[in-house]
Amino acid sequence: MIRANGVKKAFGEKVVLHGIDAEFQSGQVNFIIGRSGSGKSVLTKCMVGLLEVDSGRVQYGDSVFSELNRRDREAVRREIGMLFQGGALFDSMTVLENVEFPLRMFSDMAEDERKERAMECLRRVELLGAEHLFPAEVSGGMQKRVALARAIVGKPKYLFCDEPNSGLDPQTAIIIDNLIKDLTQEYGTTTVVISHDMNSVIEIGDSIHFLHEGRVAWQGDRQGILDSGVSSLDQFVYASDLMKDIRNQLRRK
Amino acid sequence: MGKTVGFSAQSGEGRAAGLIHQRRARCLPSFVGMALLFHIGRFFSFFAAALRRPQKGRVFAKATVIELEVIGVQSVGIVALLSLFMGAVIAIQTAHQIGGWIPAYTVGFTVRQTMILEFAPTIIPVILSGKVGSNIASQIGTMQVTEQIDALEVMGVRSISHLVLPKLLAAVLIFPFLVVISMVLGIGAGAFICDVAELSTYADFKYGLQMDFSPFDVTYALIKTCVFALIITSVSAYHGYYTQGGAREVGRSSTKAVVYSVVIVMVANLVITQLLLT
Repeated sequence: MIRANGVKKAFGEKVVLHGIDAEFQSGQVNFIIGRSGSGKSVLTKCMVGLLEVDSGRVQYGDSVFSELNRRDREAVRREIGMLFQGGALFDSMTVLENVEFPLRMFSDMAEDERKERAMECLRRVELLGAEHLFPAEVSGGMQKRVALARAIVGKPKYLFCDEPNSGLDPQTAIIIDNLIKDLTQEYGTTTVVISHDMNSVIEIGDSIHFLHEGRVAWQGDRQGILDSGVSSLDQFVYASDLMKDIRNQLRRK
Repeated sequence: MGKTVGFSAQSGEGRAAGLIHQRRARCLPSFVGMALLFHIGRFFSFFAAALRRPQKGRVFAKATVIELEVIGVQSVGIVALLSLFMGAVIAIQTAHQIGGWIPAYTVGFTVRQTMILEFAPTIIPVILSGKVGSNIASQIGTMQVTEQIDALEVMGVRSISHLVLPKLLAAVLIFPFLVVISMVLGIGAGAFICDVAELSTYADFKYGLQMDFSPFDVTYALIKTCVFALIITSVSAYHGYYTQGGAREVGRSSTKAVVYSVVIVMVANLVITQLLLT
């Protein structure tokens, strides 16, 4: 479980997060949704420690991450997998080396065992055969899948996905969504997904946090999303061309 | 921005940068002073973080070997070429200026002293700062703007140490070899041109080469080289690591890396020379 309590963050005069309180449960796919500039990415970066919170705290299980020293933070981070929006693959390494990298750094696995685990992750993201290519030689969608394979190779307790479907074709987006859902259930991972894609939210979201102007404006499950009574969330959802589809999907579920 | 990637000393960085920008509008000299102090402080924190113990010895050793190849082996060609031409030119210029009561062995003596004391240990690193320094800054800068460094940090990898320490070690190990190669080739080229162009006899050149030779000159040159190797790699890595923005900023960081490296190398050259030769 990950918990954020009163997380505030400002850049100079501009306050981006106004005291966020949120809880992300284990074994669930927790979505953070909101318009561009609402503070989703900043909140995620604060949670993984890429940005320092101005006040408030971030807790992973029992440990207060935002108050840990550097060494203890490193230990918590080894339990985190993160899929970056742009993939963030190491361009000097092949696909296989990228996926193997966390194991090479932090596990005592033998080379064969490491390779086997990396290949297993590549198989799950349907990328067998691409292991010897460099990131520049594969498409954007494939890069995302490699990044997801790298994020899950160490069987993380916490998985963060920043816009996992952006720039992907609908078919690949569905594969990625299903994979995130399956992995969350299989490993009991606490998964946090930042997304604009209402399709994904409705398909795999167990818990949804809607951020508006740096505050959690609404929190609930997908069934409650249409009856939230929050005008900013209604506008966000209605702005989606998929509105009708979403209604239909919800009726079916 | 208060980005905290890498090490805890950066926690107040966002506020410090904000203060710098506020002061900038009010008073330029004060802004320059603050910016300078800010960068000096951040550089030394960065350097200390770079010297932290590697997290995985095998990964570090492999990275160092790769850097030895990139920084060292791939620079041998340019170092050899420049040294050959410089050695020959120094010999021709010296021969052109001597005559009358100045003995012919002066050519060999001058070529030796110039190559050992200044050209090989100072000019070669300056040239390498253009090749190696810009390469380091653009590589690390690109990693920064494409979130590769964030990815390392989230995994629990100490990104500064992981990326910079192999480069520092490789440069300190390989630069002295490049400088020795430069010395040998420069002096050899001087001897060759003297013989071919009949500027002085081989015996005169050899006599000048051996006259008043002080082995400490070579020690001094190698000490300088190691210090310059540290400066070039750390300053370039620093500029790359703190790149923010996109491709244009990566280019700017690369240029800054070369300019600042060269300036700092020149200042260090003066200080080391004063300390060791007087």
